Amino acid sequence: MLTYLVRRLILVLPVAFGVSVICFLLVQIAPGDPLTAIMPVDATAEEQAVMRAAYGLDKPLPVQYAIWIGNLLQGDMGKSIATGRPVASEVFGAVQNSLLLAVSAAIIAFPIGTALGFLAGYFRDTWADRAVTALSITGVSVPNYWLGIVLVIIFSVNLGWLPSMGAGPGGSQSWAWDWAHMRHLILPAVTLAVVPIGIVAHTVRALAGDILTMDFVQALYAKGMSRFDVLRHVARNAAATALSVMGLQLGYLLGGSILIEAVFNWPGSGFLLSNAIFQRDLPLLQGTILVLALFFVTMNLIVDVAQAAIDPRIQRT
Amino acid sequence: MTRLLDISDLTIRFTGKRTVHAINNVSLSMEQGETLALLGESGSGKSVTLKALLGLLPPKRTQIEGRIHVNGTDIRALRGRALQRYRGGEVSMVFQEPALALDPVYTVGHQIAETVMRHKGLSKDDAMAVALDMLDRVRIPSANRRLHNYPHELSGGMRQRVMIALALACRPRLLLADEPTTALDATVQIQILLLLRELQREFGMGVIFVTHDIGVAVEISERIAVMYAGQIVEEGTTHQIIRDARHPYTQGLLAANLHDVDRGARLNAIPGAPPALEVAPMACPFAPRCPKAMDACREGLPPFLSLADRRRVACLRADETVPAE
Repeated sequence: MLTYLVRRLILVLPVAFGVSVICFLLVQIAPGDPLTAIMPVDATAEEQAVMRAAYGLDKPLPVQYAIWIGNLLQGDMGKSIATGRPVASEVFGAVQNSLLLAVSAAIIAFPIGTALGFLAGYFRDTWADRAVTALSITGVSVPNYWLGIVLVIIFSVNLGWLPSMGAGPGGSQSWAWDWAHMRHLILPAVTLAVVPIGIVAHTVRALAGDILTMDFVQALYAKGMSRFDVLRHVARNAAATALSVMGLQLGYLLGGSILIEAVFNWPGSGFLLSNAIFQRDLPLLQGTILVLALFFVTMNLIVDVAQAAIDPRIQRT
Repeated sequence: MTRLLDISDLTIRFTGKRTVHAINNVSLSMEQGETLALLGESGSGKSVTLKALLGLLPPKRTQIEGRIHVNGTDIRALRGRALQRYRGGEVSMVFQEPALALDPVYTVGHQIAETVMRHKGLSKDDAMAVALDMLDRVRIPSANRRLHNYPHELSGGMRQRVMIALALACRPRLLLADEPTTALDATVQIQILLLLRELQREFGMGVIFVTHDIGVAVEISERIAVMYAGQIVEEGTTHQIIRDARHPYTQGLLAANLHDVDRGARLNAIPGAPPALEVAPMACPFAPRCPKAMDACREGLPPFLSLADRRRVACLRADETVPAE
């Protein structure tokens, strides 16, 4: 198990390198000059050249990349072109907020999705199964930003129970674990949870259904196991695959909540990303994408290791 | 002493898109410690009979009539905890494919111990000790290490030994073996057969051995019941069946054996295929393939002819002493 862990960790290095190159290049390919966004329209060519040199944008791409990655390794992600603040603090603040939202959504979605999936898989081809299937298809198909707006209309506008904007009272940026802040979390987290509920339920249903038709399930009954024991065995068999789906979903929740963060004005990474795109803020854009991508890589690593720990058939050496 | 097994007039139908009359009026009994081979080709109802004995048939799609008593208990009336105590405690089963019948994500030791804990109420440690002892008894080398192996880390023969250890861990009175050697190599088959025979003598439990291989049946069992199209067509001691088979189907099975066949000579196969069983048989189901069939065979179900105590044949021509050639 330890050698597997080490091997898997070493494998992350080339992936992380590739990710950093792609992050860097993608932003370069994108149309638009970052300088036009911050310079006055009537700036002279000399002024532009000075600015270009100040941000290092006059050097060839490989050199730019080397400088970027060199600084990165020292914890310096550069300064935002738009605000002049360090990218690192901007990104980590936003990622923290996104992580809070994503983990909350996951805490709602994974147990509910798993329970629904098991229910449907166990009672396959009954009304319970059809109800869960209909629910999960609806959950996956409904555009979640639309659902978010609908929830805002119902719970914020009409009923006035929950706030609809920001991550705290008065749109404050600092999070605290009290009711005043957590009220703000409820609507976006629930909205964000709907898609993963559907996907997890669908996956677990298929897994449980398949595993229940396997011979060993009958063998378990034949040796006197109760329904509960059998479900325990089925759950362990399904865990490895279900876990990998959940890991990916958590990645999507973190990076893919741009629309939800826009709807709820949530100061997260998606919000930051969309701002960075509109302002052609290259360092900020690169930094945000890189952090999100590395988070994906880390999630994959964690899932792989967890899978190997749960399912003995996965090669551990 | 109560009989180990008493099945009378067992009829099993599978309903659904199409109905299958899997078992038709089967009666069968076994004394304590007896070894019986259920012999027949695929679809003759052997495995269905075994599953009915453990109450494993899906209740929604199965209609069962008749009586199944094991050690005097009506097992069709068992529910819930009582059924769980019976399954794996009093009667247990060795499956055809050990690779599929063992849970892939638990160690074999855990799977044996789990059964022991449920039936004997032992602690985890004591149950693991029983599991280790069982692995020793089924002659698994370095059992101590194997205890912590997962099924995929074992060979086919080893897995079947584990299945047998699991089935016998709670000392059942009756062991059901559903073609336990079919999925194995020929050399391993013999080892498993010999092991089962030794363990049967050691533990003294009754064994029902389902097989389509008459050679295997002869090797393992004292008695043989031949099944065809969901019915028992002939029953007797192994000796009686081998020396003096009376049903043309049994005779065909014996003749189809590969022993004493000259190289290049045509094999003596039984022509035709067994009936589909979409309707319950109203005449001798073997008549269409039978070299000795008469008009009377196609007009009604042949009654059992009792030749001696526990020796019976369902054939109108069973009392003809000269076997057909």
